[in-house]
Amino acid sequence: MSRYILQRILYAIPIAFGVSVVCFSLVYLAPGDPLQTVLPPDATAETIEIVKKAYGFDKPLPIQFLIWLGKVVTGDFGMSIATRRPVLDEIIMALSNTGMLAMFAIPTAFTIGFLMGLLAGCFPGKWIDRGVTGTAVFGVSLPNYWLAIVMVIIFAVELSWLPATGMGPKGSAEFSIWRWSDTQFLVLPVITLSMIPIGIISRTTRAAIAEMRNQDFVQTLRAKGLSELAVIRHVIKNALPGVLAVMGLQFGYLLGGSILVETVFTWPGSGFLLSKAIINRDVPVLQGTILTLAIAFVMTNLIIDLLQSMIDPRIRRG
Amino acid sequence: MTKSNSKRFGATVAVAAGLALAVPQANAQGGGTLVIGMTAGDLPITTGNPDQGFEGYRFVGYNLYDTLIGWDLSQGTKAAELRPGLATEWSIDPNNPKRWIFKLRPGVKWHDGCPFNADDVVWNMSRSTNDKAPEFDPNQFAQARAYLTNFAGVEKIDDLTVAMETKTIDSLFQFNMSYVMMVSRCRAQEVKYNWTDYANRPSGTGPYRFDKATPHQRMEMTPNKEYWDTKRIPKQDRLVLVPMPEASTRTAALLSGQVNWIEAPSPDAVARLKSSGMTIVTNPYPHNWTYQLNFVKGPFTDKRVRQAANYALNRSDMKEMLNGLMLEGYSTVPPSTPYYGKPKMYNYDLAKAKALLKEAGCLPCKVTFAISTSGSGQMQPLPMNELVKSNMEEAGFQVTLQTMDWNALLDITRAGVEKFSEIHGINVSRAAQDPFNALVRHVWSAAAAPKGANWGHYKTPEMDKLIGEIMGEFDTAKRNVLLTQMNEMMNEEAALIFVAHDINPRAMSPKVKGFVQAQSWFQDLTPVTVAP
Repeated sequence: MSRYILQRILYAIPIAFGVSVVCFSLVYLAPGDPLQTVLPPDATAETIEIVKKAYGFDKPLPIQFLIWLGKVVTGDFGMSIATRRPVLDEIIMALSNTGMLAMFAIPTAFTIGFLMGLLAGCFPGKWIDRGVTGTAVFGVSLPNYWLAIVMVIIFAVELSWLPATGMGPKGSAEFSIWRWSDTQFLVLPVITLSMIPIGIISRTTRAAIAEMRNQDFVQTLRAKGLSELAVIRHVIKNALPGVLAVMGLQFGYLLGGSILVETVFTWPGSGFLLSKAIINRDVPVLQGTILTLAIAFVMTNLIIDLLQSMIDPRIRRG
Repeated sequence: MTKSNSKRFGATVAVAAGLALAVPQANAQGGGTLVIGMTAGDLPITTGNPDQGFEGYRFVGYNLYDTLIGWDLSQGTKAAELRPGLATEWSIDPNNPKRWIFKLRPGVKWHDGCPFNADDVVWNMSRSTNDKAPEFDPNQFAQARAYLTNFAGVEKIDDLTVAMETKTIDSLFQFNMSYVMMVSRCRAQEVKYNWTDYANRPSGTGPYRFDKATPHQRMEMTPNKEYWDTKRIPKQDRLVLVPMPEASTRTAALLSGQVNWIEAPSPDAVARLKSSGMTIVTNPYPHNWTYQLNFVKGPFTDKRVRQAANYALNRSDMKEMLNGLMLEGYSTVPPSTPYYGKPKMYNYDLAKAKALLKEAGCLPCKVTFAISTSGSGQMQPLPMNELVKSNMEEAGFQVTLQTMDWNALLDITRAGVEKFSEIHGINVSRAAQDPFNALVRHVWSAAAAPKGANWGHYKTPEMDKLIGEIMGEFDTAKRNVLLTQMNEMMNEEAALIFVAHDINPRAMSPKVKGFVQAQSWFQDLTPVTVAP
């Protein structure tokens, strides 16, 4: 098992390297200047050259990449061009804010999605199945930025029940989940963020459960006289690896933050940070954030793979 | 409830009670807290000249810092003019037309308590221009460069007098000094020129002191009770700035009471805001929404085609589309500018536009414009460009819009027409706050991109001669006569396609009192109070 884990961790290194190369190249392929945020709109060519030199952007791209990579290996992600703060501080703050959202959105989405899928899978073709499937399709199809705006209009503007935007009256620095005046800021983003994973997980769970219920071993279990509850327990256990794989992807999605949702709610998370870095071409922040998120994705998938192999030893043997 | 939970609950109640008791004390002065939803995507930097365009100058730059020469923002009936700032007076050296003498204000203190003097000015100029000096800051070099291209050097004459030299004779240099923020040398040396540390503890001489900031989320400032201009000591207790780049988010935040002032509400939200009792304030200001044209290659090298494009525009339709939130643009500067004059007016005249195109032999007249999806001062670029396209095509043009993000458009703008000769016009709105930025930079051959903002390389001997006269005229009244001639000449030449001027809409809660909207990109927040 430990060899399997080590092997998977080693696989993550070329993946992270590949992601950083692609990300670095894409940033430079896109039109625009990484120094746009510090340059006035009518900066002269001479000004641009002097500033490029001061920021180290005058070197050839492969050299820039290697310098960056060398620093990253030692834990130095550089400084944000736009905010002049260390990129690592920016990433840690953004990830912890997104983590706050994910901490509520993940259990919400996974519990509701799984229960809905389970119910639908146990009663295929019945009204409850049709209801759940309809709701799931609705959840997946709704553009979440639209849902976010509509919820803000209803719950913040019209009803004044919940705040519209931001992360508490004093910002994330003084945010506490034990204070309702702060936690109320979580409600609308968490609901918005959970909608798509609820739809996806409920549909996956429904399909997996329905498929398992038609397997021969289920017939055997019933023939042996097991109660329906005991049969369902077996069905769930067998359906779980597939569902877990999807949950892992959704976990990564929620942890990575949503650019659209975080922008609409001005939630200072990783999605919001990424969107600003893209608009400003803040290359150090962009590279650092993407690399961190890519590693987080790889690690999440690794954990899910390990969980799957614990639930279903056949996977490990394979 | 477990014991620890019960303790936590008790502590929370105690904190809440403490806060409840603290609030009346915080509001003891009754000026209230002004919370502003900015259009900026992030908090502007606090190390001197800010980023985030002129919004950064408006809310952070001119609040924390002062410039040698300031802007008089106390009235809204005419365009804002220069006024003394950290310099009480300034004049050109009678023996040297390239040497400016600045008399500095005595008795001014930085927020950190150090006295302000001539050494600070010399040090600040070095910080933004001398890459060999320990105080050199590349960020500030970039931010201030547009105003210091003609700066040659500075010398201290005495503790309260400095002299600055320009590379060429430049009567407009004084306007440039209204944009260069002075930061505290004491504080910079205290943090050993670590500008990240400085950004967290900035020190200026401005009417507000930096209190605290949560990165990307909010910045709080408090009144500087020792401000040298006693009339401008802030009347509110606290100023809070919140970046909110999404227009719908800003509107929702104002309607739900999270902020009490928002910048640039979208035109379609105005009716909703008004019906909820919010105040919408507008005033013309030196902004233009135009197309800079290609004078090297393509149809716009012919004056008749440029005039046809201007006649083809139905600007009142555009105003209606924006729910009235614009001024019809018929010139580079709005009519309230002191050097507006009587420019040739291109009122909507489709027949004339068609005739001019026919005369120029350009039918269909194929043109390509580079436009952005959003950006600083760009108003509502997509629908506005679509309307321009539709108007021009009625007259006989065939318009292709090349749509890109703001950053990509700035790339084209900076590089100039030679690198992008297939583009016939760029839609980049400009701040027309001072004569150089309003007029000169668009048409001066010495400012041809990539050396300056003359994107399309406009060049005529007459215009260059007139600009030379303007640069050499140090008498304001006489210079304004020349600038008026220049504005009229730019219209006669149809040097741009004139479309609109923004009117600076902002929405605020009825509790916000005392704001006077200046005809400027900058605003004075000090008289504002917020009723409980």
